[in-house]
Amino acid sequence: MADPATPNDGQGHNSGLLRYRSDEIADHAAVTVDAFVEQADALAVRIEPGDEARELIPHLNRVKLVEVNFPAFGDGRGYSSARILREAGYEGELRAVGDVLVDQLAYMRRCGFDSFDPDAPLDAGDVEAALARWPDVYQSAADDRTPIWTKRHA
Amino acid sequence: MRIMTGNDLKTGAVTWWTGSDWSLHVEDAVDVTGKEDEIARREEAARRVNVPYVIDAELEDGSPRPAHIKDRVRALGPTVRLDLSLKPADPDIGNWVI
Amino acid sequence: MYRYDTYDQAMVDARVEEFRDQCRRRLEGKLTEDQFKPLRLMNGLYLQLHAYMLRVAVPYGTLSGDQMRALADIAEKYDRGYGHFTTRQNIQYNWIKLEDAGDILADLASVEMHAIQTSGNCIRNISSDHFAGAAADELVDPRPYAELLRQWSSFHPEFAYLPRKFKIAVIASKTDRAAMKLHDIGIRIVERDGELGASFYVGGGMGRTPMIAPCINEFVPLDRLITYAEACLRVYNRHGRRDNKYKARIKILVHELGAEEYTRQVEAEYAHMLDQGVEPPFAELERIRTFFADPEFRAADEVSASNEPEETSSEPAFQRWVRRNTNPHKAPGYVSAVISLKPVGGIPGDATAEQMRLMADLAERYGFDELRVMHTQNIVLPHVHQSDLPAVWRALDGAGLSTPNLDQIGDIIACPGLDYCSLANARSIPVAQKISERFEASGKGEALGELKLKISGCINACGHHHAGHIGILGVDRKGVENYQLSLGGSEAEDTALAKITGPGFDEDGIVDAVETAADVYLRERTEGERFLDTYRRIGMTPFKEALYG
Repeated sequence: MADPATPNDGQGHNSGLLRYRSDEIADHAAVTVDAFVEQADALAVRIEPGDEARELIPHLNRVKLVEVNFPAFGDGRGYSSARILREAGYEGELRAVGDVLVDQLAYMRRCGFDSFDPDAPLDAGDVEAALARWPDVYQSAADDRTPIWTKRHA
Repeated sequence: MRIMTGNDLKTGAVTWWTGSDWSLHVEDAVDVTGKEDEIARREEAARRVNVPYVIDAELEDGSPRPAHIKDRVRALGPTVRLDLSLKPADPDIGNWVI
Repeated sequence: MYRYDTYDQAMVDARVEEFRDQCRRRLEGKLTEDQFKPLRLMNGLYLQLHAYMLRVAVPYGTLSGDQMRALADIAEKYDRGYGHFTTRQNIQYNWIKLEDAGDILADLASVEMHAIQTSGNCIRNISSDHFAGAAADELVDPRPYAELLRQWSSFHPEFAYLPRKFKIAVIASKTDRAAMKLHDIGIRIVERDGELGASFYVGGGMGRTPMIAPCINEFVPLDRLITYAEACLRVYNRHGRRDNKYKARIKILVHELGAEEYTRQVEAEYAHMLDQGVEPPFAELERIRTFFADPEFRAADEVSASNEPEETSSEPAFQRWVRRNTNPHKAPGYVSAVISLKPVGGIPGDATAEQMRLMADLAERYGFDELRVMHTQNIVLPHVHQSDLPAVWRALDGAGLSTPNLDQIGDIIACPGLDYCSLANARSIPVAQKISERFEASGKGEALGELKLKISGCINACGHHHAGHIGILGVDRKGVENYQLSLGGSEAEDTALAKITGPGFDEDGIVDAVETAADVYLRERTEGERFLDTYRRIGMTPFKEALYG
C-alpha cells in the first residue's frame, strides 16, 4: 500500500511545513555541519549539498533535527545524505528544505525524509496524490517498503 | 531583424510571433527588436507559447529568412524528408534552407 | 523474453498516471517549464528541433512481434508513420504532441513497454549484446542481469537527480558487441574457477571527452551485482561534478580522482552497502532466467514450412545476404539474421510503420517471436532456422530491408543531426546518404569488407564517431557546416578512440575524403587485413598525405 501517513500542518509552527512524524517538532535553530560538530549543545543541523553527512555519525545521539538543503531541486546529493543518515541509525526528524516540489516527495520519503519545508507551499491534493502514487517499489531504500523482488519470493 | 520563436505548449509545433499571434509559418514573423522581453514574458505566462526566444533573420523577397541554417531547418522541417516539411509541394524549398 | 507480472504492470501503469497528472499540471500552469522539464525527460519526452520527441525504451534491445506492432501503431496514430532506431537500442518519434503523451504511454503500457528514464539525469536504458541468447561465443545470456539492473534502476529514489545521464551496458562474451567500455558502467559476465561473476568497467563514454572505462573490479560475485552497482552510483551522485554540465559525467570523476581512488571509494561504500541488504534474493535472478530459456529449436536438417521456391537459395542476391547479414548461432541449423535499416541512400535507422509490421510478422512466423534492436541501428531476428532464410529474405527484399551490408561501409551509423536535433551543428543524414550512394556506385563497398563508419552531427557524439573505423564529426564553422574526419576507432573489445586526420571538409569534400581514405586502404592492405588493421599497421601518415597532399 502507498504511504498512508497524512501530514501534520506543522502545529502552527510553519504553515508550509509538511510533517510525517507524531512527536513534537524540534524547535531548534539549525547550524552548519562544521558548527554542529564543534558545539556540543547544538541539537539541529543543516546539511548543504557539498557537505559530508557521515561527519554527523559520531554525534547522531544528540541530533534532534537534520535539515537537508536543496538549493535547486536538480541537485540530488541530498537524497544520498538522507539515506546515509538513516543507514547509520538516525531516527530523528529528517527534513528536506528549499526547492522541494511535489514531484520529488515520493522519492524523498523513500530516502528517509519525514518532513518537508518547501520554498513554495504545496497543494495538499497534489501532495496526497504524489505520496499515494506507487503501489509498490522495486528496490530497497531507507523506508520500510518491501521491494517487489522480495515479495515475489516471500 | 530579430524574430521571436517558440513551441506550442500542447502540440510542440514550432511557432513564430506575428505581432498579435503565434503562427506556424516563419513568413508571418515580425521584427521584435526592443520588445523581446516584454512579449516573451507575457506570452509565456499566458501559456500561448513555450520557451520563446529570439533569432536573427533577414528579409528575403519580403519574408523573414532565419540567418542560421539550424533555424531554417526548424522553420521548415528536415531537409531529408521534405515531404514532411511545411511546404512539401515547393520544389525550391531545399535551396531556401541550405 | 521477460514478461511482466502484476507488480511490473502496476508500476508502469502508475507511471502513466503520474505523467498524465504532471502533463495536466503543466498545461494548467501549475508547473513551470523548468519544473516540468526533468519530469518529462524522465518519461522520454524532449522538446526537440521540430516538436516534442519521444524516446521509447527497448530494454536491452529485446522486443516481441506485438511490441514491434505497437511501435508501428504509435508511428501511424501519433506521429508521421515512421520511427528512428537509436544507437542505444531505443526508438524515437519526432512529432509527438504533449497532449497525446499520456495516451501514448498508456498504449505502450498495454504491451509491457514504457519510456521510463530514457532521458534525464538518471539511469537510462540498460543495453546489451544484440545477439544475446543466440551467439555461439557467449558465456551465458547477459540479459537476465540486464533485467535485474533494469528493475533496480527503475524509479530508484536516490539516483533520480544525478549530475548527468548514466548509461549501463551488460555483455557476457569476450567479443564486445555493445561498446561496453564506452559506457558509464560496462559489465562483462565472466567465469572464474567455475563461478560466474561480473567485471565492472566504470568511467567510459563518448561525447566531448571520450574515454575508455578502466576495470575497477575484475570479479564481483553475481549475488552482489546490485550492491556493487549501488555503491558505484552513490559515489557518483555524491561526488560527480555539478558545476559544469560538460564535466558532469562519471568519466570525468574517474579521470580526475584517478581510477584507483574512485575504486577505493566504491569499495568502501560497497563494504557499507553489504550491511544494508539491498541485494535481491537470488531466487529473483533464477526467476528472471526462466524467461530467457532457449526456445524449442528444431533439428538442423528440418525443412522449412514456408512456400518459398527452392530456386531462391541459388539466387546470388540471397546468397550475398546470407554471407553478409547472418551471424553464427549456438544451435545447429540456426543463425541470427540482421535486417538492415541502411538501404543505399536511405536514412540510417529509420523504419516505416509498414516495415515494422513486416518485421513483427517475420519474427512471429520464423523467429520465435523475438526481435532485437542493434546499437548500430539495425534489427535482428536472433533465431532463424537456415531452411527459413529464403522466405525471410524474400519478404525483407520486398520491403527494402534486405541490403546485404552488415558492418560494411554502407552500414552507416548516424545520429539524426541538424535535420532533427537542436543540439546539432551540422546535418549528418545527407552525408550518410551521399557516402552510401558513392560506394554503391563505385562498387567498392564489397571490396572494402568490414568498415565501420560513424557520423555525429555535433560533439555530443550520439553517432559514436569516436568509435568508428572511420568517424565523421559535423561542426559549425562560421555558420557553415563543416566535417572533420577521424580514423582508427573501435567499439569492440579492442576499444580505441579515433584520431582526427587534419582540417575539415565541406559536405562534398568529406565524401571525397572518405573515398580517399578507403583507396589508401585498398592500395596498402595485406592479406586478411580489415581497414582498421591496415590503419593500425601503417599509421596516419599515408592517409594524411593522400587527403591533404
